[in-house]
Amino acid sequence: MRAVCWEGKETIRVETVPDPAILNPRDAIIKVTTTAICGSDLHIYNGSIPTMHKGDVLGHEFMGEVVEVGKETTGLAVGDRVVVPFTISCGRCAFCARQLWSLCDNSNPNAWMAEALYGYSGAALFGYSHLYGGYPGGQAEYVRVPFADVGPLKVPEGLSDEQVLFLSDIFPTGYMAAENCGIQPGDTVAVWGCGPVGQFAIRSAFMLGAERVVAIERIPDRLARAAESGADTLNYMELDVLEALRDLTGGQGPDACIDAVGLEAHGTTLDAWYDRAKMKMYLATDRPHALRQAISACRKGGTVSIPGVYGGWLDKFPLGTAFAKGLTLRMGQTHMQAYMPKLLERIERGEIDPSFIITHRIALEDAPGMYRTFREKDDACLKVVMTPGAAPMTPPDRGPQTPDDQALSAS
Amino acid sequence: MAMTSTSSRSTVTRTEDWMALGTGIALLAAGLSRRATSGACLAASAAPFLYRGVSGRWPDIVSRGLRADSTKAALGGSRGVHVRESIRLEKPIGEVYRFWRQLDQLPRFMFHLERVTETGDGKSHWVAKGPGDVPIEWDAEIVNEREDQLLAWQSLPGSDVVSAGSVTFSDVRQGRSTQVRVHLQYSPPAGRTGAWIATLFGREPSQTIREDLRRFKQLLEAGEIARATPGT
Ligand SMILES: NC(=O)c1ccc[n+]([C@@H]2O[C@H](COP(=O)([O-])OP(=O)(O)OC[C@H]3O[C@@H](n4cnc5c(N)ncnc54)[C@H](O)[C@@H]3O)[C@@H](O)[C@H]2O)c1
Ligand SMILES: [Zn+2]
Ligand SMILES: [Zn+2]
Repeated sequence: MRAVCWEGKETIRVETVPDPAILNPRDAIIKVTTTAICGSDLHIYNGSIPTMHKGDVLGHEFMGEVVEVGKETTGLAVGDRVVVPFTISCGRCAFCARQLWSLCDNSNPNAWMAEALYGYSGAALFGYSHLYGGYPGGQAEYVRVPFADVGPLKVPEGLSDEQVLFLSDIFPTGYMAAENCGIQPGDTVAVWGCGPVGQFAIRSAFMLGAERVVAIERIPDRLARAAESGADTLNYMELDVLEALRDLTGGQGPDACIDAVGLEAHGTTLDAWYDRAKMKMYLATDRPHALRQAISACRKGGTVSIPGVYGGWLDKFPLGTAFAKGLTLRMGQTHMQAYMPKLLERIERGEIDPSFIITHRIALEDAPGMYRTFREKDDACLKVVMTPGAAPMTPPDRGPQTPDDQALSAS
Repeated sequence: MAMTSTSSRSTVTRTEDWMALGTGIALLAAGLSRRATSGACLAASAAPFLYRGVSGRWPDIVSRGLRADSTKAALGGSRGVHVRESIRLEKPIGEVYRFWRQLDQLPRFMFHLERVTETGDGKSHWVAKGPGDVPIEWDAEIVNEREDQLLAWQSLPGSDVVSAGSVTFSDVRQGRSTQVRVHLQYSPPAGRTGAWIATLFGREPSQTIREDLRRFKQLLEAGEIARATPGT
């Protein structure tokens, strides 16, 4: 089959690799109909995620049709149309039982690596390094899904792939980020980063009752899209974010702050240059600029919710500030299965159509160039969906210019 | 590396003991280095079955169903290396105990073992994958057994590979979970064999046991052992 493979830092190739096979009793094989590139994939692309091997198949946002099931895969049949969570969870350990699905004890065959690094291992992820299990990902024609009796969610015929695909990661991720804020009526929520996760966090914060959402970003088209969702926007290149947030909240600060940026934050202030220099010299693993700002901005007793990914030991982390203000910090990979069914219901009821974030629709074969476009945020790129088996475009480095695509970016 | 065995024993016998111990640890090391490449596979309870070299004599307690402290006697003293690991499972204690007690099922989660056959009267025959595909075999017997609480074993006199160990089971979280603790003992080898082993070894032996326990937990809780690719 054809699959998107990591060949090294900033080197992605579509290659022919062996088809997956059932390996365990609770497995299923999915024929992928639609898959997407995630902001998390950019951390891999940039070489920020350790334990990637040459030839690893990428991708953790995918959906498709069940073509084979293991002998103990109950509740799923060949022909079912499903969307698959990016985390791999057994459904039976103490963590899964407490709805802490992304902390599953039993899915990571390389748990010892994570234990060496963090003391404990969480759930394995699709296509996300050997530290996270070494499972081949879903940017491919077929993918093996372990524990398929508790992972894949069946989707009704009336909904298109594009409407439900983001149940695989970024919609639940944005939603959990907002839920972790413990939003009360009248609250103001500030969101750093208006990538796909930030966009869903903004929508979700409103769904959960926020009175006002303030979006912080520098890319104009991403800010514009946040504004379309009803957010007030701040371009951090043009003003002092902390001052602006104080202004907007009568000096108090936002009730909750969401860091939807993660370890590769961009920044122009002194601390950001310090991070950059240290990372270049391999003295630091993360650049927590947005996180520092979120902690500084948050009101006393507020919550900082961190869906953005961090991997190492953070430098100049303002714990004193967090302590002085009695902040609550909430974070982690999304507990997917706890959110997927109820968010599918919201889509069915028409409360949200997640396809609003798609800007680029391409053939799987065109993935390599699109990784760069997405990273550079060229061509107003916000979210890329890919179809395996579709004919590639020429030239390979450009996104497609289908009527569909133009209609969307014009809207 | 002090050997505290009885001084009455001859140097020749002692050398043989160290050789036996060395073979066992080489087996363990082979598994560990395999883990380095495959990222998962470990030779676990090779380590447990190394005992003769430690004591230079057989433990006094060799018969089944002895007093509760017989395990203590078998594992007694401070000599050698003690490996202790524990894990918690979301399964009632009876189920966990019964699974472990079926010795022929052990190779399902102890990957360096080829097979274990119960030969009756608490005795069993063990076959492990040795270095260079030469199997290593030995006999062991259960020296203490208390249902839902404890299982202790040691290898039989005359075995090439010698060990002693125990597994204890306890109820936690009002009986919803079970805690399993494994205790093994062996001693690092000395002399030329030891030097050779030391270069091969050099890793945490408890990590090996930890991987075995992790697979045991996966098998019981999830019903299968997680693997990412056909090779693992
Ligand atoms: N917790 C989870 O389970 C989970 C799931 C999916 C994604 N993520 C993580 O969420 C983060 C965002 O994902 P995404 O897909 O939206 O990625 P993305 O890269 O498209 O979006 C990040 C956005 O942050 C903006 N940004 C950079 N520096 C900033 C700063 N200092 N202040 C404000 N904005 C800044 C960028 O311009 C960009 O638009 C990533 O770290 C990703 O790995 C986490
Ligand atoms: Zn993702
Ligand atoms: Zn689990």
